[in-house]
Amino acid sequence: MTDTPLLQYTLRLADTALVLGHRLSEWVGHSPVIEEDLAFGNMGLDLIGQARSLYSYAGEIEGKGRDEDALAYLRDAPEYRNILLVEQPNGDFAATMVRQLLYAAFAHPYFEALARSKDATLAAIAAKAVKEMAYHLRHSAEWSIRLGDGTEESHQRTQASLDELWPYTAETFETDQVERALIEAGVAIDPASLRATWDKTLDHVLSEATLERPHDGYMQSGGRIGHHSEHLGHILSELQFLQRAYPGATW
Amino acid sequence: MPTTAADPTPRERAWAAAASVCDPEIPVLGIADLGVLRDIRIENGVVEAIITPTYSGCPAMNMIALEIEVALENAGFARPKVTTVLSPAWTTDWMTEAGKAKLREYGIAPPAAKAGRRALFGEDKVTCPHCGSDDTTRISEFGSTACKALWRCKACAEPFDYFKCI
Repeated sequence: MTDTPLLQYTLRLADTALVLGHRLSEWVGHSPVIEEDLAFGNMGLDLIGQARSLYSYAGEIEGKGRDEDALAYLRDAPEYRNILLVEQPNGDFAATMVRQLLYAAFAHPYFEALARSKDATLAAIAAKAVKEMAYHLRHSAEWSIRLGDGTEESHQRTQASLDELWPYTAETFETDQVERALIEAGVAIDPASLRATWDKTLDHVLSEATLERPHDGYMQSGGRIGHHSEHLGHILSELQFLQRAYPGATW
Repeated sequence: MPTTAADPTPRERAWAAAASVCDPEIPVLGIADLGVLRDIRIENGVVEAIITPTYSGCPAMNMIALEIEVALENAGFARPKVTTVLSPAWTTDWMTEAGKAKLREYGIAPPAAKAGRRALFGEDKVTCPHCGSDDTTRISEFGSTACKALWRCKACAEPFDYFKCI
């Protein structure tokens, strides 16, 4: 694979969207109420749609004839470049909502900034995504407040999910060599510049939700260089099943 | 006999054919009223329809593209092309007034306001498409399709779809 920084960067965005979209799709048919079943289906669809556009662009950048399907279905876990947060298990309803909040509170301002990228294709994809992420943020924030400020049990479960997922939140703000040159060129966004916005959104929601912001202790990262938790392999075994069992199958 | 109106140009005919395609989820709404049909280009006799998705993952887009091809072929344009563009991003502001009226008649509340920056916990004011009351409440941010939310009217007690502003 011709590993240009732009290809790596686009795959990171694409894989993150696909893996989270797949996670949300796992709820379909299992949600506590039908409205939330529809909500997870819709949010998953937004993310998978974003992933499709990004994979198509990654295929173009690579120039080796790989399309969106080849990139999604025919790469193994170590080649995936998503952040670790999005591959974490769905857990209970609260855990999924908190994960969505932590991601959307970042993704919304991120895509807002990326919509001004000097790369016209990334800017176009981001301009669509930002509108979608605004709804994900609103929905997950409302649920986090409802659950956190709800019953004793919903509060306890939501707080436990927040504590559990917190060590995966720092990775989002890291930059490495792959991204630094792109940031300087005005193509990629420096995630550290969005930290204050993310903090402000989180603090507002958590205080409304009567949840306690966890302390920044040990932080886990590595997803964007292909070092994943054990969960990703299981996700891919389901997501890629058809192409593994029946290579080249189409319909 | 002098003609009073000019015959439609090929581009006008192609536009009319493509515009006759409806959103499969909202069969009363044509894709021109919806703002999904952006342009018709004709080069060297080949017609190209430019469309843009409402949401990144809208599953109706494949179906719409296929139906545009069929509509253009039926109108006499051989081997038409359909191209999807993402920029500028679709907005509910592009929905025509005629389109909004059709939605309302169909029982879907049209997008209430101009799209724009929304307060994080801002609420839309949505009018019930059944009885016209403003006394409505949101049931869920996400409805039967990506572009709609689920609302209920407190005056007539009917639930309804609301076409979200984006």
